[in-house]
Amino acid sequence: MLEQHEKQDQPVSRRNFLKNSGLVLGGLVVGGVAGSLLRTQQGPQQPGAATAPAADFNQALMYFTGEQFRVIEAACERIFPEDELGPGAKALGAAYFIDHQLAGEWGFNARDYMQGPFYPGEATQGYQGRLKRREIFDIGIQEMNNYSNSLEGKKFYELTPEQQDTVLKAFETDEVKLTTISASAFFAMLRATTLEGVYSDPLYGGNKNMDGWRMKSFPGNQMAYTQIIEQEGLAKMEPLSLRDHQHG
Amino acid sequence: MAKKLPKVDVVVVGVGWGGGIIASELTKQGLTVVGLERGKERKTEDYFMVHDELRYALRYELMQDLSKETITFRSKPSVRALPMRSYGSFLLGTGLGGSGVHWNGQTFRFLPYDFEIRSKTIERYGEKKFPDGMTIQDWGITYDELEPYFDRFEQMAGISGEENPLGGKRSKPYPTPPMKMPPALKMFAEATKKMNLHPYMMPSANLSEAYTNPDGVSRAACQYCGFCERFGCEYGAKADPVVTVIPVAKKTGKFEIRTHSHVRRILHDGKKATGVMYTDVTTGEDIEQPADIVVLTSYVFNNTRLLLMSNLGRPYDPNTGKGVIGKNYAYQVIRGGAIGFYEDREFNVFAGAGALGMTIDDYNGDNFDHSDLNFIHGANISISQTGQRPIGNNKVPAGVPGWGKEFKAASIKYYTRTLSVGAQGACMPFRHHFLDLDPTYKDVFGDPLMRITFDFEEQDRQLAAYCADRCGEIIKEMGAADKIEVNRKLGPYDITPYQSTHNTGGVIMGSSPDTSAVNNYLQMWDAENVFVVGASAFPHNSGYNPTGTMGALSYRAAEGILKYSKSGGGLLV
Ligand SMILES: Cc1cc2nc3c(=O)[nH]c(=O)nc-3n(C[C@H](O)[C@H](O)[C@H](O)COP(=O)(O)OP(=O)(O)OC[C@H]3O[C@@H](n4cnc5c(N)ncnc54)[C@H](O)[C@@H]3O)c2cc1C
Ligand code: SF4
Repeated sequence: MLEQHEKQDQPVSRRNFLKNSGLVLGGLVVGGVAGSLLRTQQGPQQPGAATAPAADFNQALMYFTGEQFRVIEAACERIFPEDELGPGAKALGAAYFIDHQLAGEWGFNARDYMQGPFYPGEATQGYQGRLKRREIFDIGIQEMNNYSNSLEGKKFYELTPEQQDTVLKAFETDEVKLTTISASAFFAMLRATTLEGVYSDPLYGGNKNMDGWRMKSFPGNQMAYTQIIEQEGLAKMEPLSLRDHQHG
Repeated sequence: MAKKLPKVDVVVVGVGWGGGIIASELTKQGLTVVGLERGKERKTEDYFMVHDELRYALRYELMQDLSKETITFRSKPSVRALPMRSYGSFLLGTGLGGSGVHWNGQTFRFLPYDFEIRSKTIERYGEKKFPDGMTIQDWGITYDELEPYFDRFEQMAGISGEENPLGGKRSKPYPTPPMKMPPALKMFAEATKKMNLHPYMMPSANLSEAYTNPDGVSRAACQYCGFCERFGCEYGAKADPVVTVIPVAKKTGKFEIRTHSHVRRILHDGKKATGVMYTDVTTGEDIEQPADIVVLTSYVFNNTRLLLMSNLGRPYDPNTGKGVIGKNYAYQVIRGGAIGFYEDREFNVFAGAGALGMTIDDYNGDNFDHSDLNFIHGANISISQTGQRPIGNNKVPAGVPGWGKEFKAASIKYYTRTLSVGAQGACMPFRHHFLDLDPTYKDVFGDPLMRITFDFEEQDRQLAAYCADRCGEIIKEMGAADKIEVNRKLGPYDITPYQSTHNTGGVIMGSSPDTSAVNNYLQMWDAENVFVVGASAFPHNSGYNPTGTMGALSYRAAEGILKYSKSGGGLLV
């Protein structure tokens, strides 16, 4: 305690932050959480500072560890990358979307039939595992890092984009052999949730600023299309969200 | 001991289209009806935040919670049946209105051929046309006999449409004119006309204009909002039991709806039912509701399951072919079709309505010669504009990877530049396709789940390939010269991709108790005061969505129940 007080007015070094916040466990640094916190730390905001954009309070983690988040955010961005058309999954907040989904009933498979007995089935019988989606993500992320490590001696998010694509392809095609989960099924889920994060209503934390919809010329939540239904050619419209509906 | 309530005239199990129609028709004639519905109350105001693809289309907000009850599936008896753990192939309705809340509203009449399929096929091609094990039969009713009931369903729902040039004769036109015609539908109409086919606007339960039905219920016109299939309609423009038949029944003061009431057994003395036993899922209490007449309207699976769990009727045995409960389970052959990618035309694909489409029946039923074909029946072929939402629609041409930069660019580009023509194929019953009780897996009450034994047959594969080729010809004629993909291959039946909620059979109708469970009033041969209403009565499934025909049979059953109740008993046929 004393030590903390003494060092209070020194600049916050990574090492100090970790120590002070109790994130050093017997010399083992828990990287992700503290790392991302440090990166995003900003100076204290002046109350009433007019120029600061409203903080997006939604962009905090409900389920992932910081380390898991970095893997997923990097992977999403490769699945749906930023390019000349517009933002990629990362800027659209898809990784936050996935985090929030895993924290809720979908992550727990709450509305799926999860009673035993469990037997491996035929492909046409669908998923028959006992693991919940959040557990599949835990394992899949760990395995992505393991595989990246075996290839390049690095974490997935430390690889070059091309190397990341190689890893993702190896999962997609089951070239990575896993025992607890199917690598390709995990990849399919990751791809599907990335697209959900890109294109669902912004209320869920992705599709930031409706820019996913804008890129795709999808007008979001419009009340009626009676005026344009017979029209030739694309009807360009500014998208509307469910928030607009509630507050409009 | 279950709490026993006072007796009522009629108890209805499940309040969707079937239950709603029965309740409105019977209460209008003065019978007292109790409707037991396992799910919750629903109303139009629920849909304030309905334009949410994730919640409604992908997380199945309005569908049955599978953790409580699902089905199990196997392709054949030698395979272990396993539970459908998450949604895929079809979706199960729950709550007031059932699937009638979140259906598309494509409202067809089956063809005259369907009702006499066995006789008519033999007449034209001889008995050898049937492959081994195909158990088709006539329905015990003809199209002409059912025509007035089709009309009543259409007048009640306000179906918007124009006459099908190749359909059965109509006594009256559709109550409202067809919907508006977007460019894609025009292209389909022009192309098929050029090919000497017979296009017509898809009959739609999304109202083309404001309408007041014969019961005095007024509803607004459809806004083409594009959030229709899997969503509830915030305008009441989509015909749904909650905005049509249920309020009519309620207004009589004779219809009591009990939601959160899960029926688990039909009580009977071996000859007649005495009522039902249900569990109030809010308290866990078991309750007995005695009734003079029991009507099952709990969809194909629970209609069959309740009979089997209650030991009512003769269970089907696929080894001997004897027995009837669980027989002739069928589905829809819906995977064949063609996709066209347009380089220099864009379409407002996000706009649309569940039943907005243009369609032909030239390759449906026996409207074409099957002499040289290895299948019977066919498919309704159509283009539809039901509202394509962005998560679910990321089609890219073959050869483009499924993710990454190239995928992003192509999926965005082709989102507004893709049209598809699809075939909705008929599905014939086979001796080894059936429903029975699963020996292993249980629902939340400990009751056995329904087990489906089903796979696609050579008949289905031939039909799918033939119809896919026809779809390809049409899309080619529609000017999709750039890139066309024809999906001819059906593959084995797979429970994982969504195909349709058009499950049929299990409690089939017919003219003899030897081969059917119910007569043409949907009255059980083996228990005269039990009526089993739904697509469970279909001996096979046609190349159409089921609800138009299922609705007609519901009106027919309602008439039968009224007759039965007046005459004081006995079989009606
Ligand atoms: C997404 C979707 C789109 C569709 N589109 C079309 C279309 O365009 N055209 C078409 O013709 N058809 C369509 N259908 C099919 C159509 O919705 C059904 O054919 C129709 O709604 C069936 O009505 P039903 O009353 O027989 O059964 P349901 O609507 O399923 O109603 C049965 C009711 O019984 C209740 N129930 C079940 N078991 C019990 C029990 N044990 N105790 C108490 N209550 C119980 C259920 O909760 C439910 O409310 C579609 C279906 C879906 C899911
Ligand atoms: S498309 Fe039409 S009928 Fe369907 S939900 Fe929207 S307004 Fe209602």
